[in-house]
Amino acid sequence: MADAVLHLEKLRKSFGALVVTDELTFDVMPRELHAVIGPNGAGKTTLINQISGLVAPDAGTILFAGRDITALPTHARAELGLARSFQVSSILPGFSALENVALAVQSRAGSSFRVLGRAAAEAALNGPAMAALADVGLAERAHIPAGELAHGEKRALELAIALAMQPKLLLLDEPMAGTGREETARLVEVLRRLKGRFSVVLVEHDMTAVFALADRISVLIYGRILASGTPAGVRADPRVVAAYLGDEME
Amino acid sequence: MAAASLAASPARPRGGLRVLPAGIFLAFALIPIVALFTGGTYLVSLGSRVMIFAIAAVALDLLVGYGALISFGHAAFIGLGAYAVGILSVYGITDALVSLPVALAVSAAYALLTGVICLRTSGVYFIMITLAFGQMAFFTASSLAPFGGDDGLTIAARNTLAGFPLLRDERAFYYVVLFCLLGTYVFCRALVGSRFGRVVRGAKENPVRMATIGFDVYRFQLATYVIAGALAGLSGFLLANATEFVSPAYMSWQRSGELIVMVLLGGLGSLDGAIIGAAAYLLTEEWLSGFTEHWKVIFGPVLVLVVLFARGGLIGLASALVRRFARG
Amino acid sequence: MSTTLLVVQILNGLQLGVLLFLVAAGLTLVFGVMDFINLAHGAQYMLGAYLAVAFYALTGGFLSALILALAAALAFGLVLEFAVFRHLYDRDHLDHVIATFGIILFLNHGVKLVWGAAPLSLPMPELFSGSVRLAEGLVYPVWRLVIIAAGLAIAALLYVLVAHTRIGMLVRAGATNAAMVSALGVNIGRLFMIVFGFGAMLAGFAGIMIAPILSVEPGMGDNILILAFVVIVIGGIGSIRGAFLAALLIGLVDTLGRSFSVDILRFVMGPSPARTVGPAIASMLIYLLMAVVLYVRPTGLFPAKGR
Repeated sequence: MADAVLHLEKLRKSFGALVVTDELTFDVMPRELHAVIGPNGAGKTTLINQISGLVAPDAGTILFAGRDITALPTHARAELGLARSFQVSSILPGFSALENVALAVQSRAGSSFRVLGRAAAEAALNGPAMAALADVGLAERAHIPAGELAHGEKRALELAIALAMQPKLLLLDEPMAGTGREETARLVEVLRRLKGRFSVVLVEHDMTAVFALADRISVLIYGRILASGTPAGVRADPRVVAAYLGDEME
Repeated sequence: MAAASLAASPARPRGGLRVLPAGIFLAFALIPIVALFTGGTYLVSLGSRVMIFAIAAVALDLLVGYGALISFGHAAFIGLGAYAVGILSVYGITDALVSLPVALAVSAAYALLTGVICLRTSGVYFIMITLAFGQMAFFTASSLAPFGGDDGLTIAARNTLAGFPLLRDERAFYYVVLFCLLGTYVFCRALVGSRFGRVVRGAKENPVRMATIGFDVYRFQLATYVIAGALAGLSGFLLANATEFVSPAYMSWQRSGELIVMVLLGGLGSLDGAIIGAAAYLLTEEWLSGFTEHWKVIFGPVLVLVVLFARGGLIGLASALVRRFARG
Repeated sequence: MSTTLLVVQILNGLQLGVLLFLVAAGLTLVFGVMDFINLAHGAQYMLGAYLAVAFYALTGGFLSALILALAAALAFGLVLEFAVFRHLYDRDHLDHVIATFGIILFLNHGVKLVWGAAPLSLPMPELFSGSVRLAEGLVYPVWRLVIIAAGLAIAALLYVLVAHTRIGMLVRAGATNAAMVSALGVNIGRLFMIVFGFGAMLAGFAGIMIAPILSVEPGMGDNILILAFVVIVIGGIGSIRGAFLAALLIGLVDTLGRSFSVDILRFVMGPSPARTVGPAIASMLIYLLMAVVLYVRPTGLFPAKGR
């Protein structure tokens, strides 16, 4: 599709005899929040890893904003505007929450080969970083070492780091993983406010969050997209109910 | 492999230890004055030697402490800097204004060439390949028969400085070395807190995260590797002048190991620690070898104990003590 | 460059290779299973030689000295594992490097303290001293053949142990994923101890076998340590098969390289430059080989943890 932000064409990945991504074709439109749901082991995280460049697909193409990024290294994809969060919080534990985000701002600002001047004191970096922290509700915890944050706060920090990159596409790998009900509600609110700024691929198990946020939902089963469409359409699809949603929806 | 063993390297030291660098440099500045009372130049030349290795140790701390790049071939750069001085002097080029830039250029070039290959690996492979390149430099030097080969090369006299025989005076040389150490320290301190340094420190904690933020970690690590190599070359230049002798032994893997020990002993990732560690190691060596030539039989187990119980090195111990006194 | 010289040097290369394998096998297992960098492994090789010299002075017989020295080397290795290394498995590699560096200092200077700095010698058994005629004009020391035979026999034994016994299976599993093996209920502490002790014994055995040929002196383990590390890096960490192949490769490349480098280089440059450059290149050959292998296969040829 010409105007899709992300287009995956017949993507394939196997680990030995196990086919994890099976001729997957998928796209994400500008500024839509596209949720990807499916049972554990369906290959959701591997899919995200292939899009962000941590895992190389065996076959297929990945087009980002019209550009073929299949062979591009991870950092180059990030420079193009592809941000991601990790299912297991991947932050810099020794740095403060602010510095974690400021680094993402620094990357966007370019010119990191500066060897003089104290980076931690730069208002040009800290300003946008504080804004991103405020967006996710972590402004008060800016100076706490990231390793000491509570689990839910770390998930929010992951999101803040991704936001600070001013992405065209945000890949969120189970942002609500392990968060309690309050935290989840807060993150859903944050995502709702951010909707429309850029495209989001949201991989999640929490169906309430998914149906509250998604513009489109794709159901991933055994590495293939079983169904794709509006939340109402997917919810009603008998194949989806049979394969996955049956027990999930109360 | 627990990441918990290696604490995050802050850009600045914490608490009361902020005054440490001032104290260290003050102490160094005063040594020749103290030596005026004790007479002779022994204390001064010992001090020079400590500072020369401290420069190399600070450079290595950039790699090991801040970058988590355990280079087991760092001594090679010291040797290259030293041999630059030695070889140039054989051809009659004895002014520092020539031999210093050459020393820096040669070590930086070797660091660039070897770094390009080494940094494609990680973990123990990185350690091994840096060791391999160190050994290559060592064997090349040993086989240079016209420049002494195994036995090394004696240099007729220290370099002149823009024509002046300034370096031949022990005290003047001492202050030149101190100036170089101060410059190295200030530069590295700035580097570590800069935008560049922050990327390197971040890559140590979570290289995957840094890539997904958009940093090409490889380029930053390569630049750090070259800087560290060049600084070690400076150390080598000074060493050749101090001892008026160069030998392949300056580049042995045992020397590289000793440098790592110096950095760890003082406290990884603190820069001050590298200076303190170099001083502690060399002074202990000087003192204990006065008693017995077998002092390493004691020093070996001491190292093991430091690793087991004093992971933060001397700086770690000092901050623990400071905290305990603060609590009252 | 005669054929006889070539065959002799090939045999020498095999002998060095087999010796390297004995040292590297323990090293690669310890690294593969426990993720522990043991720089002191070379010192264990040295210790084996010294213990053999000491026991020989007591018993006067090579075989009894060998057995006693092996037992003592095993005991020493186990003590080292129990007292020091066990506490370091969780730490990062830098801690391993420094701690084992300290052990090297302790052992290198300790043996100097106990036995003096002068090189010692260990007489080889009467039965195997002397040379044997392998072919027309080709005479070769029996003891070196014994070393080759012993090394190959141990390699075969290790293969059987690792591939066909339960403990071997645990070791292989541990080298691939130690946490998993522990989670399956295996006493991982005991497994580690066995792996370590066995490795120490192999290194000691190598030291004892080479002692009659080389002199026994402080620091004799340092060079073999570096070579052994090159072997396991090229062979792939955690792999006995990789260590075996890499050890033979390195033994041959190093020996043949040193013997024939000047001759080979003479074809591309004049005899005089060849004589200067030759020995330098010969010493660097194995490091160049390692750099090339790592460039093409950054984790070695047959790593246990797969690629």
